[in-house]
Formats: sequence, C-alpha cells, structure tokens
Amino acid sequence: MNVNVNQSALAGAARGVVRGGETLKEHRDRLMAATKRTGRYAGLERLELRESEPILYNKLFSRLRAGVVDARETAKKIAASPIVEQEGELCFTLYNAAGDSLLTSTGIIIHVGTMGAAIKYMIENDWETNPGVADKDIFCNNDSLIGNVHPCDIHTIVPIFWEGELIGWVGGVTHVIDTGAVGPGSMATGQVQRFGDGYSVTCRKVGANDELFRDWLHESQRMVRTTRYWMLDERTRVAGCHMIRKLVEEVVAEEGIEAYWKFAYEAVEHGRLGLQARIKAMTIPGTYRQVGFVDVPYSHEDVRVPSDFAKLDTIMHAPCEMTIRKDGTWRLDFEGASRWGWHTYNAHQVSFTSGIWVMMTQTLIPTEMINDGAAYGTEFRLPKGTWMNPDDRRVAFSYSWHFLVSAWTALWRGLSRSYFGRGYLEEVNAGNANTSNWLQGGGFNQYDEIHAVNSFECAANGTGATAVQDGLSHAAAIWNPEGDMGDMEIWELAEPLIYLGRQIKASSGGSGKYRGGCGFESLRLVWNAKDWTMFFMGNGHISSDWGLMGGYPAASGYRFAAHKTGLKELIASGAEIPLGGDVDPENPTWDAMLPDALIKRDKQAITTEEMFADYDLYLNTMRGGPGFGDPLDREPQAVADDLNGGYILERFAGDVYGVVVKKGKDGLYGVDTPATEAARAQMRRDRIAKSVPTADWLKGEREKVLAKDAASQVKQMFAASFKLGPKFEQQFRSFWELPESWVLTEEEIGVPTYGSRYSMDLSELPDVHTVQLVEE
Amino acid sequence: MAYTRTKIVDLVEGKIDPDTLHQMLSTPKDPERFETYVEILQERVPWDDRIILPLGPKLYIVQQKVSKKWTVRCECGHDFCSWKENWKLHARIHVRDTAQKMEEIYPRLMAPTTSWQVIREYFCGECGTLHDVEAPTPWYPVIRDFEPDIDAFYSEWLGLPVPERADA
Repeated sequence: MNVNVNQSALAGAARGVVRGGETLKEHRDRLMAATKRTGRYAGLERLELRESEPILYNKLFSRLRAGVVDARETAKKIAASPIVEQEGELCFTLYNAAGDSLLTSTGIIIHVGTMGAAIKYMIENDWETNPGVADKDIFCNNDSLIGNVHPCDIHTIVPIFWEGELIGWVGGVTHVIDTGAVGPGSMATGQVQRFGDGYSVTCRKVGANDELFRDWLHESQRMVRTTRYWMLDERTRVAGCHMIRKLVEEVVAEEGIEAYWKFAYEAVEHGRLGLQARIKAMTIPGTYRQVGFVDVPYSHEDVRVPSDFAKLDTIMHAPCEMTIRKDGTWRLDFEGASRWGWHTYNAHQVSFTSGIWVMMTQTLIPTEMINDGAAYGTEFRLPKGTWMNPDDRRVAFSYSWHFLVSAWTALWRGLSRSYFGRGYLEEVNAGNANTSNWLQGGGFNQYDEIHAVNSFECAANGTGATAVQDGLSHAAAIWNPEGDMGDMEIWELAEPLIYLGRQIKASSGGSGKYRGGCGFESLRLVWNAKDWTMFFMGNGHISSDWGLMGGYPAASGYRFAAHKTGLKELIASGAEIPLGGDVDPENPTWDAMLPDALIKRDKQAITTEEMFADYDLYLNTMRGGPGFGDPLDREPQAVADDLNGGYILERFAGDVYGVVVKKGKDGLYGVDTPATEAARAQMRRDRIAKSVPTADWLKGEREKVLAKDAASQVKQMFAASFKLGPKFEQQFRSFWELPESWVLTEEEIGVPTYGSRYSMDLSELPDVHTVQLVEE
Repeated sequence: MAYTRTKIVDLVEGKIDPDTLHQMLSTPKDPERFETYVEILQERVPWDDRIILPLGPKLYIVQQKVSKKWTVRCECGHDFCSWKENWKLHARIHVRDTAQKMEEIYPRLMAPTTSWQVIREYFCGECGTLHDVEAPTPWYPVIRDFEPDIDAFYSEWLGLPVPERADA
C-alpha cells in the first residue's frame, strides 16, 4: 500500500486537519496498525516514489536535508547563549503528519525522537480538538514525562499546512542555559523531584498566526534566571522552524504534493531498511552482553537535598543483552537495570531510545538518513520502573545524560566486538567518555545581572581508543557529534570566571595498546561575581567507561575547589600562584601555594550549590575515553610521545606500559629498547605470578556474596535490580550457585527505600494518554 | 569499495594511512574484508589451526586441525576452553580491589573507589597477555561478552561454507 489519503473511508465523517480529511489520531492509528500488521513502516510494501522516480526521491531528500541543516546554521546566529552559538546545542527535525521524523539537521540529534514524542502526545490526547491545531500555530514543549531528555531542552513545534490541510510538522530544539530549577544552571543537582526541575511546559500552544502570545512571553521569561538567553533561544527556534516550513511549501509548490506526501512516509521505511542492511553489512549475528554503571554519591555533606529519603549512595546499573538476528533485525534488552531514583539522572524511554541514534550515527548508520525508521527497526525492552523507564510522575530528569552516556558506552563494546570479528577495525571504538565535569552555578554576574552558567567545556572529552589508533583527546561528546570546548574568551564573557589554566589532563585516558583520548582541565578564578554559587557534576567513584579487549577504563573524576585563598594578596605580593593544571593530583603543587585556603580535594565529584567568592578557585576536569588492547603491546615510542605531550604521567610509562624511558639532551623522553623488552617480559611473568585461576577467585568472591559482604550502595543496586529484573536475579543466583535461603532486599540494607514500593505513573492521571514506544 | 591486501595489513598493524582510513569509515563496507582479514591473521599466528573468528587482538575461535574441535585460543597457542564456554572462566584473574592496587595504574583521585567498583584483569596463563578488563561492582558475575552465531554468519551473511566442527 501507499499512504494514500483515506477519502473513501471519510465520506460523511467530521473532517480532520490531516491532508485528505483524517483527524490526526485517525491518521496515526491507521499507520501504526499497518506497521504492526506488516512489520514495515505504514505497511509500505514497496517504496513507490523511490523506485519509480529515484532522481526525484533523492532530489527531495537532498533539498530538504540541506534546508534543515541550513536552518540550523542560520538560526543559531540569533542565539546569544554560548551553549547554542558556540557549542551548537540545537537541532531541527522535519516530521510527517503522524509525528514520525523523516530527516533531521546536524546537532543534538537525540531530539529526532523526542520532539516526535511530543507531537504524538498531542495527537493521542486530541490537541486537534482542544486547543486546536491550525496553520501558523506555535507549540512549546519541554516535558520529560512525555519523552523529552531533560527540561533544559526546549522544543518549538510548528505544524505545516498545504492548502488548508496538515501535511507535517517541524520541530526545533535548543539547550537553554537555565530552566528556573531549584539550583541555577541547566542541569542542576539539588532537586530530587520533578517539582524542583524548573519550568515544565507540556505541548502548550504559545502562539498563533506566527506570533507568540503575550501571556506566554511574560510568564516564561520570569520562570527562568537567564531571561535574555531564554528569549533569544526561542527566536532561534521559531526562525529555524519557519525557514523549514517555507522550504517545504516551496518544495511542494514545485514538485507537487503527491510526491512530497509519498516521500514523507517512504523516507521512514527507507531508514528502517537502511539500518537492517547496515547491521548485515557490518556486524555478526549473535548475542552480546555488556553493562554500564555510574555512581550517585548522595550520602555526603556537600550534597544538600531537601529530602532525607534521597540521602543515600546508589549505583546506576544498565546491563544490556543485544541480540542480532540473522535477518538483520536486532533487539536491545535492558533486563536487570536499576530503579529510578531521587536524583536528577532519570531518563524517559524515548530519550533513552532516541538518544541511541546519536551514538549510532557515529558508527552503525553514519548517513544523513537519520529518522524514525531506525527506531522502527529496533526492538527495545526497557522494564517499567527502571531509571530509563520510570513508573512515577515525580521523578526528576534534569541531568539524564549522566546515566544515558554511562549506559550507552557499553553498547560501543558490544558492537565493536562484531566489527573486530569481521575485520572492520576502523569502526571499533572502546567507548565514550562520561561527559563531565559540568561546571554550573549562578548568582549575580560581572554585568550585575541575575545569571546562571553551565560551562559546556565538556563537549570536548576524550574519545575511546579504536583498534587502529588512539582515541582523540579533548575532542568530542557523545551527545553532540559536533562537540567543541568553546573559546576561553567567550566563556569569560559569559561567566564571571577567569581562566588561570587550560591543559591536557594527563592519564585521564584509559591505557591500552591504543590509548583512550585524554580530557583536559580548566582552572577558573572567580572574579567580579556577587552572591555566587557553583557545584560539581560528574563521575567520581566509578569510571563508566570500560576498556575493550585488554584496554583499561578511562580515569574517573574528582573535585578541587579552594575558598578563602588569599589570592588577592598573593598576586599583589608577586607570589607564585596556581596556574595551568593540577598535573598529578597525587603530588599536588597548588595547595602549598595557598597556605590559608579551605581546599576541597576529594572524590566527591557531585555536589550541590556551594558559595564562592571572588578569588576562589574551581577546577573543571574533563574525562578521557577508554583504552583498547593490552598496554604491553603499545608501541614503546608512542608511550615516550605521550610523556612528551603531557598525555600520561611519567611513572605510568613503566608501571602500566613496561616502557623504560630516558630523557635526552633536548629534554624529551626516548625509549630504552633493551630495558623495555626486559621490563615487559618480566611484567608478563609477574602477571602470571600474581593472578589466580578465575575458578579459584570465584570461590572467594562467592563467600563474600553469601556473607553479604559489600558496601551498601552495591547491595542496594543489586536488590533494586533483582526486584525489577527477575531474570537478572535468576542469572545472578545461578552464577553464584546461591541457596534458596539467600535473599537480598532493600529493606535489610538500612538505607531509605522511598519509591521502591509505591509509585504512580503519569498514565494514571485522568484524561492522559501516554505513548508507549518500547516493550516494558 | 574494495581495498588491497596491503591496506588491510596496514589496518591490522595500526599503520593505515589517514586517507584510506577516512575512506573506510565514510564509504560502504567491502564484503570481502572478512576473508582477507582472516587470511592475514592466519599467516601471523604461530600455529596452523584454522581461525574461525577473531575475538580480540590476540584471541581467536579456532578449529583444531586434527580433532576439528572449536576452541578459544590465545595467540601463544594456549587453549582456554571450548568455543561454547566463557573463556574468562578458564583464564587467570587479577582483581584490583584496594586503593593501592588501583594507584599502580591510575593517579590518586582519578581511580575508581574500590567499595564501588573493582577492576578485573583476565590473563593468559601461559604468556601473560591481558585479554580483557572488566570494571564492575563487587559481586558482579563474570560477563560472557559474546556468543556468535557463526553458522548463520558464514552461511547466510557471507555465503561461505561453515567450517567442520567436531561437536556439531
């Protein structure tokens, strides 16, 4: 079939807005029923337009795709926020009438699905009747309970009409710098429920006749701290959407509505088929297992949350079984994932599934054809109640990326095993960095305005090593394929924080035959701020990013902050002051320069708002990527080069890589080859001597399990996963050969268990129809 | 896009030139890669049992020449186990579960905290090669990373006969 307008069925019926007269709901229902029945998007047995007029099909694709990219590039110049203008944290996507994306711009393409989820929510909840969907309307959404990633991603959605009938939608999203949450910054940590996450807007009609409503403008600007950025971001989104709407109108006028209409559905099926073909071309059928973790260290005095029940240490657990079938279809099952929690790192099922395409465009489907077809070609199972599919409408989402990136890094390993097996070594990637630290905070800035900051320097973390070369250093972030650290001069204009240093973070990349890319670090001096606060946000106790095939995980994070530094006097006296980087945190040099300072230097890499005064210091450390292969197989000269470039600390050349170096007259390190060969041979013997057969080690570890000998956060993680994942529990019990009498519940651990028994989902609210897109 | 054998050798050795690497990443895959790749690897290993599937830089599923049994083998020739088992359970393990052990390989403050996360290193008992590193919480079962469907891969995806297998 083709997605013809359904005129015969509609004779005499009330006329809907969709082309041909269907209501939005009727249209989507018809498409979904056909998809379910046939396994093909909208029941499309063949791609009629593509097959009969391939040149026209490709012309439509190229012109529309170029148009959405152009809209993004043009619109972002309207924004004043460096997050949008410097980092490119925006994206525009074109949807068909049913809310399925057909193509998207570059940028934060996780929103391929999230804005579509908002459109589908409007369809399922009859926005068509009330408040109505008319030509030149403008809708705004940032509701994470219906699919948004986090509240700071604001969607502007505009319907596209042709001759009085709806033929599609266009959505634009920007990451705003503040959402009026409990704490300043776009991804605050202090709140533990949605009600503290800031301004939340559910698909609200905020404009008509291409003009924003005055009540919306007045209300929205006072709901956030950074008013000017907020308003200019909105103009960015509206401008981009209107550019794309105009482009679609021109394309339809020139190529005909029939061709456009067919394209709008065939492109999605084309995307689905494209994914299947790539899976067969690049991977190996089979079952792959991997897991991701990240720490939530909330039982600490510097995590100031409003609720006692949130004061506990927990661990995010994301095990994934990936099954690639011989027909090229695949399934991702997250059985055993841990429960949502009283923090801001929870994620909606749509942001979890849609976000995976940000990653896949960097590996499995590196094409311009990114649309909902890939989602229709993938089976996801996200158990209800887990952190990636919460069952409670109170959950907070402000920094869902913290968990998302830590869960997806494991998928790289699974896919990379298949690439490696097939010989596509160029595609292997050990993983992505935990994209942090996030320097956030606010108060009055250097311009005496209420302000909030979220430094996006961590858009330039290290990347994972590949099977043919080292990871890139200070280069990228998984959530934005165009990541950039931004110019220091721009950040100094945007933040009352002066740079005292910015350099490579030595030994932050995971070791291996090929080293993970290193992150970097920036030392910031508070200057000309008033009533100022900042906080830290990143991994600390856990490195989410395992290495691959003998490579080591990336280093984890820590914090350094200094108050009452006396730097004003030290600078005046000409004394030596901290500059550059905290090169070796085991042998710090700054602390002695600040004899009277209050220094916080520890593993507590997540904090809440802390007061900072002028001349205080804040170290912003960016994480590295994981390594690949046995470090003893690394080319010795590459290790010497690492030392000369500041990528590793000297002691690890020998301790990790077995490379003996000597300094030349030019001050550069070189390799002592005979000594290196001897050292490496000895290290191999030492490895055998100090290791034990896995079977022997298992006996001792089993005793620890039986005795329940582990920290409370480990026990809490397993107990929560057992409750939501009976199959995971069974596998755990079977692996350790546990007796029936061995049970582990959260109640026995002695930590708060709010949320473990009682929950209430959004779908339980009256007159709310949620859209379920995954198996639960 | 097909590549010369020399280019695939360069790729295996980590010496591929940037232009070809970019081409490999940005153009459709060469379906004949697997056969060329395995052929190259076969010449480099010190034994002549057939490589069925590479699992890592020095780890393979091989077909033993005489018995036709499929095993997981280290490059040095050490056989861990049958290809149907988790080779890690037959390896040697070293667990970094104290701050001191962590700080041998990470700067202080940049290492995981061992009450949250440990590092497990899996070695070949004969040559000491590090084949895999796990970084889970304490108690975590040893992960079976990959169970390939080799029959479907060879016969249906590559159009190659499935090599003989004694336990088939």
